[in-house]
This record gives sequence, structure tokens and C-alpha cells, in this order.
Amino acid sequence: MIDPTTLERHGLKPDEYERIVSFLGREPNLTELGIFSVMWSEHCSYKSSRVHLKTLPTRGPQVLQGPGENAGAVDIGDGLAAVFKIESHNHPSFIEPYQGAATGVGGIIRDIFTMGARPIALLNSLRFGDLDAPGTKRLLEGVVAGIAGYGNSIGIPTVGGEIAFEPCYAGNPLVNVFCLGIAKHTDIIKGVASGVGNAVYYVGAKTGRDGIHGATMASAEFDEKSAEKRPAVQVGDPFMEKLLLEACLEVMQTDALVGIQDMGAAGLTCSTTEMGSRGGAGVDIDVTLVPQRETGMTPYEIMLSESQERMLLVAKRGHEAEVERIFEKWDLHAVQIGVVTDDGFLRVKEHGTVVAEIPNRALTDEAPVYQRPMEEPAYLHEAQHLDLDALRSARASRAEELLALLESPTIGSKHWVYRQYDHMVRAGTINLPGLGAGVVRVPGTDRALALSVDGNGRYCYLDPKRGAMLAVAEAARNVACAGARPLGATNCLNFGNPEKRPIMWQFAKAVEGIGEACRALGVPITGGNVSLYNETDGNAIYPTPIIGIVGLLEHADRVVARRFRGSGDALVLLGDSGGELGGSEYLRVVHGLVRGVPPAIDLDREKRLQDVLVALADGRLVRSAHDCSDGGLAVTLAECCFDTNGIGAEVEIDPVSAGSNQAIASAAALFGESASRVLVSVSPDDVTAVLRRAAAAGVSATMIGQTGGNRIRMAIAGSTVVDVAVDVAERRWSSAIARYFARQVA
Amino acid sequence: MRARVFVTLKPSVFDPQGRTIAEALHSMGYGGVEDVRQGKYFELDLATNEAAQAKALAAEVADRLLANPVIESYRIEIES
Amino acid sequence: MTFAVITFPGSNCDQDAYRAAKDVLGQQAEYIWHKDTDLKGADVVILPGGFAHGDYLRCGAMARFSPVMKSVQEFAAKGGPVLGICNGFQVLLEAGLLPGAMLRNRSLKFQCEHVHIRVEQTDTPFTMACRVGQVLRVPIAHGEGNYFAEPDVIARLEANRQVVFRYSTPDGRITDEANANGSLANIAGLCNERRNVVGLMPHPERACESILGSQDGLVLFESVMKAVAHA
Repeated sequence: MIDPTTLERHGLKPDEYERIVSFLGREPNLTELGIFSVMWSEHCSYKSSRVHLKTLPTRGPQVLQGPGENAGAVDIGDGLAAVFKIESHNHPSFIEPYQGAATGVGGIIRDIFTMGARPIALLNSLRFGDLDAPGTKRLLEGVVAGIAGYGNSIGIPTVGGEIAFEPCYAGNPLVNVFCLGIAKHTDIIKGVASGVGNAVYYVGAKTGRDGIHGATMASAEFDEKSAEKRPAVQVGDPFMEKLLLEACLEVMQTDALVGIQDMGAAGLTCSTTEMGSRGGAGVDIDVTLVPQRETGMTPYEIMLSESQERMLLVAKRGHEAEVERIFEKWDLHAVQIGVVTDDGFLRVKEHGTVVAEIPNRALTDEAPVYQRPMEEPAYLHEAQHLDLDALRSARASRAEELLALLESPTIGSKHWVYRQYDHMVRAGTINLPGLGAGVVRVPGTDRALALSVDGNGRYCYLDPKRGAMLAVAEAARNVACAGARPLGATNCLNFGNPEKRPIMWQFAKAVEGIGEACRALGVPITGGNVSLYNETDGNAIYPTPIIGIVGLLEHADRVVARRFRGSGDALVLLGDSGGELGGSEYLRVVHGLVRGVPPAIDLDREKRLQDVLVALADGRLVRSAHDCSDGGLAVTLAECCFDTNGIGAEVEIDPVSAGSNQAIASAAALFGESASRVLVSVSPDDVTAVLRRAAAAGVSATMIGQTGGNRIRMAIAGSTVVDVAVDVAERRWSSAIARYFARQVA
Repeated sequence: MRARVFVTLKPSVFDPQGRTIAEALHSMGYGGVEDVRQGKYFELDLATNEAAQAKALAAEVADRLLANPVIESYRIEIES
Repeated sequence: MTFAVITFPGSNCDQDAYRAAKDVLGQQAEYIWHKDTDLKGADVVILPGGFAHGDYLRCGAMARFSPVMKSVQEFAAKGGPVLGICNGFQVLLEAGLLPGAMLRNRSLKFQCEHVHIRVEQTDTPFTMACRVGQVLRVPIAHGEGNYFAEPDVIARLEANRQVVFRYSTPDGRITDEANANGSLANIAGLCNERRNVVGLMPHPERACESILGSQDGLVLFESVMKAVAHA
């Protein structure tokens, strides 16, 4: 009989325990309890989220692989597929920032190459508390160093991403990592075990005691005792993973495998049981055969260990020697640890004696599914109320406000960060970080893929459904700005404790929003990750769905970036400005407020805008494109002037009605974050064509000014409201994060 | 038998990591720590039981691989 | 002509060097696995960038003992052109084919960015198509590129004209600000006494196509093609 304390330590509830007993027809032993605890943890079973995730659109003519495998895949032409996914490693990164982030990178890379795809790009979406707050600098430094340390070593470029700083993330940083790989359709291989008697191999690093109960840690909130959980953080070895990556891709070329899966969360347990489940088969293994780097490990420890850089594979009958030979070449040892059976059981032996025996389906398909109760949060109604007239009258000028926004870490230059990432390895990166969506060539073709990861927790806090829709729209828009047609999406859903009704409500609404936006924009969800329990001492993060989108650029050389290319280009604003300040960066940075409703989004209008952007890029009709998001049009305009050796711009925009205060109305026009807007620069000869195409597509297009000079000048209804030198603005923007680390040399 | 090999940067080599650590200690209030040099420490578990043999083996290993003679020097301790 | 690209476990710029030679320059190229000793009749040997052996212990410290390095030493001893890029340069230093050693960047951080280097010598196989003083815009991506050697070694290198590239400003001035990582004498690359083995920290193979931001790396490959044709 398992006592209540043991049960609690395993993160299992009494009713879940009853289910286990009824599945087995008896009480579980400790090893079996451990196996259930990790497979039924939130992280592995998605028990709180499954009913909602089922509502997402996952199909489309371009989808080759939807959710349910290690990664998703979409067709990109020429018989090639883009294989991609995003995953979180939030809790470990708080405990040990470097290794938490590094192993997060390692984990997502394995998810891609286990599908038979060579990884060619990484992106990441990070959230931290305010940089001024104690502890944030250390977390940022550690996380960035970890991502760099792992990604650079294994030789996959980190080509883009986003970072935001908000107090709610102080005790719960978010580290979401996205990876893209390329495979021939015919090379895509699944994580499936089938064929009775086929050999089950273990390959990679030896198993140690690190990371035991990592899955259950990710399914629990932090409290003061979190420091004790340090042993649960794994240590990554990017060199080992590089060997594994090359060896696996080589083995896959020989067609010797039935299936392969990496050992990530819940290690050997998860891989054996999931592969068995997918193949409708059983898996028999003997833990004594598992290579171990510590002595005296019990079956419990071996099954639950989350030691990194390990793969599980099933070889086709007769191909065993070939598999072993290829791994030997890379100084890796593929060890047969078991066989595939036909009884649907996960059977774990030690020296031939059965120590655990569980029907696979009990661990996977039959894992608990919860319809958790929800209710609208108490704060919401009041927080959505924004009285512009009550805002204190501005003491600063609009120009000073613009500089303050440019200098704020969320908006400011991330150069300090991405300079530490090798973003050029593989000689395929054609839009470097900081220039919009990350764009990489598809090797062997003239095409390219544009990638973006986006999300706005603050918007979702104020309206989770609309905030999620805006996140999908923004990611797709960034990809379209580069000239690429959005093809597919992946999502990483970062939320608080789902057992709390308001959090569950936020989750359900966000998923609704993602679904609606993905359907309208034609980007199905191909897979993703859910990270719950992001709370410390009862304080939850903002609901933060992060969306990663992959788009296809038919001609790599028609890629479009955010920066101006010369003086004398016309500036055309696509879309309509409503001066919406709800939940805006302006409101937070200048007025210290998080209030209002996020900007409205018309998905039909957004789709038409994105289609036009792709067409304009393809027709080589725009010289640059940058969408409006944090900080509105003024920030967008300024950013277009940066990294251009000082090309300025002059624009005249329409006033908006926003309250009765003139200064606020100006601010709304400049910094309002109305959706579905993109600023493009156009050669004077092409302006007519651009305006015509936009009109034909039903997209508003207004000529608002031109590039030139060395100042950023913005006027509203004839009067100048912003007039700053480009180099002054650029210096402030460049120093946004760097100034926190100014002590270091060069 | 166990050999401990201590590998340190030669005095003429600039040690930015050591300096950064010293600065951090100073800002933590440890003015009494005047300087820091960072090095590497290796533990070799050797098959031999003979101290002289152990020392010779450790020195050879240190010469060939553990230390880069251009920038590092080493010293060995044998523990029985 | 044939380029041999040596692949160590952990090399990750081998494919880039191979593709530069094959797809951009239209030459033959072969991967040589570190355990093999047959250089397959190569005319040029490239030690590519990456993290051989994870950069564990020291960059290039273990790779220098790979069986292939014996063949590379013999090839170099016979005057064959050898180019070490980034990690490859570190392997050449550890192997003693070039003098000196690498320390951590003075910023203590990995740095990935475009820099400028000035060509100091044009009598090496990899710079004979350059002009003395020519400035090339090429990417770096390394954490340990801070070149060090004892003062007498530096003096000898300068006296022998073995410093082939120096970090410079876009207009070719050698300043501390232009020194990407703190290397002594702004040394970005050097050659051996015989002038056939060249190592540099920047990545010319990442600067062979305009779509990637710079084509200035091409001239190193064009130089060696010229050198082999004339040999």
C-alpha cells in the first residue's frame, strides 16, 4: 500500500491512484508508481489541456505531420518538408539558468532530428522580470549563455526570437525554444515501435541520476523549497548530441530503422511507452543492459532518469549490425536493451526478473483527461477599463517618450544577446537577427524559410482570447513581411496553475483565440507544448501563449528586411491606425499602467494584408517592410532607420480621437498599437503599383512620407510632434540592454 | 593511486576570467583578496601503486594533453 | 583541383567549407574523416570551424591527436597549402603547425558578427590574389579567439612577416577598437615560416555569396586555386 506522502511526492492525487489500481488490477509497486507519476504528470499527459487542444485546427493540404509525433511537418515543395516545433524549459531555467536553457535547446533539437530532419535553425522566446529587479540580470545572462553554449557548439544557428521583461515573470522566467529542420518527405521517420521481436536499442550518453522527476517538477509551482530540487536539473553535453545527430541521420539514410524517439522528459519511460503505444505494440526491456555512469542505480532511477542526449530506436530485422556499425563510427555505442512484443505492455526487467509491468495504453491514451472548471478572473473587468482622460498629463515631449520606449529593454536592441549566438553557421542565414523574421535558405534550392516566434502576455492578461489571436497574427505577419507565405504553426502555452479556475479560463480562451486565428489565416497547428504551473508563492505569470510560424519564400533573393535601404524612398503605411492604447507598451513605460483592452483584430483584414505583403515581396515592389507592434508606428519608423548608417525619415500621419487631452491623442496616434499595420518603403517608381495592388486586395494603403535626411520627423495634421536625430535615437535603442552589462570589456 | 594535476596559466598570460572574479569579489566587499588566477584541476585514477611511476605517468599525460605549454604550466600531487 | 575538408567529431562548419569549394567555386571537394589517413590526392587541405571534441579541455587540444593530423603534417611538410579556419586554426596551433595559442575573448563572451581584417602579406597561397592593405569584411563566431604568444615569438612573427591578417577598421587602420577579441598585435591570422600553412579566426567560407552579406571571403579560395594552378 503506497502511503499518502509518497503519493503526494509523486504528484499523484488519490483518485488518480485509484485509476492506477483498477488498470493494473492490483496495487502498483514503487517503480510502477514512479512510471505512472511521470507519464500522468501534466508535462507528459497534457491532462488539463487536452480537451482544449483538441479544438485547434491541425489539418491542411500542406500538413504532412500534425500533433502527436515528436515534431510537426509541412510540405515546402521539391519533395522537401519543414519539420518544426517549439518547447519550453521554464522551471529548470529558474533553478539553473545555464543548464536549464541549454538542455531546453538540446531537447528541441532532438525532437527534430528524431523525425529524420537535419536541424537548420533555432529561435527562442524568453520572458524575464524587470531588468532592474534583483536576480534578473543573472537569469538573463545564464539563459543566454546556456542557449549560446549549446546551440553554437552543436552548430545550428540561432537566427531570431524575442525577449520581453515584465514583473510577473520574475520568479517564473520563460524559456521557449523553437527548432526547424529539413527532410525529404520520404525520409520522415516516426517514433513508433512495431514488428514483434525487433530489437530495441539505446544509444547515446550513459544514464545517471540527473533529472529524476524533472517531469513532475515542471508540473508544480515553486515555493521556498524549490532550491532543494536542484538535483532534478540535467546537465547538457552538446558534443555528445552533435555525434548523436550525425550518427542518427546517417543511420536513417540506410533505412534500417522502424522507429526512433529521443529520451526527453521522463526519459526511458516516456520513449518506450509512447513508441509502443503508437505502434500498437509492447516493449520489453531489461534495465541491467542500460549503460549507466553511476553505480547502484535502481530500476526506478533508470526508468525515470532524464540524462540528456539519449535516443531509443527500433531496428528492422536483419539490420542490427548496420545500426551498430554506424554508431561505432561516431564512437557511440548502440546497445540492445530489449525487444518489441505484441502484448501492448511496457515490461521492465532487472536481471531477467520483471520489476514493472504496465499496459502502454494506461500510460498514454488512458492517462487522465480533465475538464477543469473555469471562471472569469475577478480582476478582469476592472483592468479592462481605461480612462484616457484620467491619465496624468504628459510632462515629457513625444520625442522623449519615444526615446524612453526605444530604450526600454522589451523594445530596445537585443544585439547584446544575439551577438552571443552563432547566427551564421551553416552559411544559410539571409536575414540576420534583429532585422525581422529569421530567414534561412533551404539547402539545395533557391527557396528560403522565414521564421518568427511571438506572443504578448500583457495582452492576454487583459483579454486572453484576443491576445492569443493577436499573437498568431503577429507571428504570421512577421513572416509575411519577409515575403514568405505562412504555412504552419506551433504553439507553446505558458500559464499558471490550471487547478485555479481563472487560470483555466485564461487557458481555454487563449486556445479559442489561437484556433480562430489559425483557421482564418490558414496556418494549422502542427504540434507544440504546454507549460503549466508557472507560479511562485501563488503569483502567476501573465497567460503567455507563444506562437511559432514557418513561412515559405519561393525566391530567397526576394527576402525583405525591416531596415531602410536608401534615401528618397516613399513610405507607405498599410492598414488602419485606430490609436488604441489598451495594454500598450506606451501605457506601461510612460504611465506605469497595465489596463485597457488589447487592440481589435479583424482576421479577414489581417489575411488580406499578409497576402499582399507576400505578393509585393515576390514582385520586388518593396524595399523594406516592418510591422507595427510594441510601441506603435513611431517605434516601427525609428527601428526602420536603425542599422542603416543613419538614414532618417519624415512622415505625416492622421490624428486619432483618443480622449480629450491633446497630448494623449498625439501619443495614441504615435504609439497606439492597432493591429494589422505594416510600414513599407518603396522606390518612387513603384509607389503606384504598390497602392494599386493594395487597393485591389482591399488593404488600406496611405503614403505618409519618405526616407532621407538624418532625423526622424513625425507630424500629425501639419504640426511636428517628433523630431530627433537618428543617431541619438539609435544610441538609446542600442544601449537598452547593453547598459546593464556595461562593466564588461569590449 | 590518484594523481592530482593543477594546471595554471603562466604568469605572463593575461587572465580575464581571473580578473573578472577578483573584481566581483571586490564589489562583494573582499578587498583583502588582491588577485585571482583561474586554473584547471584534474584527478587521474591510475592503475599503478608505485608513486614514482604514478608521477611520471601523470607528468607525461600533463605534457602531452592536459596543459598547453605555450600558455600553461602544471604541478602534480600524488595521493596514495 | 580538389579541396579536402577534414571532419573531426564536433566539426560543424565542414559542410560550409565543402559547399564553398564545390557549389560556389565549382571545384572538387572531399570530406576526410578524422580517423582516416588518406587525403585522397587533395591539392588543398582545409581544417574547418566548429567545436571539435566539444572544445573540451582546450579548443583543438584533442583533435590534434587524430590519425588524420599525421597526414596533414606530412602534406604541410611537403609544401601543400593548408588553411585552418577558426577551430581549424586552433587545431593547427595545438598541433604546433603554427606558433602561439588562443585564450578566451577579452569580452569573455562568444562573439558572432562581421569584422574587418587587413591583408598584410600576399605571398601565401591563400592571399596571393589580394593586395597588401586590402580590407576584407568577414564574419567571426568564436569564444576563444584571443591570440597569444610570448614576446619573443611575436617579435619573430613580425620579423618574418608571418602575420597575414590583422583586425582593422573598415578603412584599414589597426586600432584597439577594431580588435575583435583582444588578440596581441590585432592578429587575426598567421602563417608558418614556410608560408604554406595559414590559420585565421574569421570565416571566409561564410562570406562567399552576396546574399549572405559579403563576398570578401572568396578571394582566399580564388588565391589558392591560382596557387595550385601555378604550382
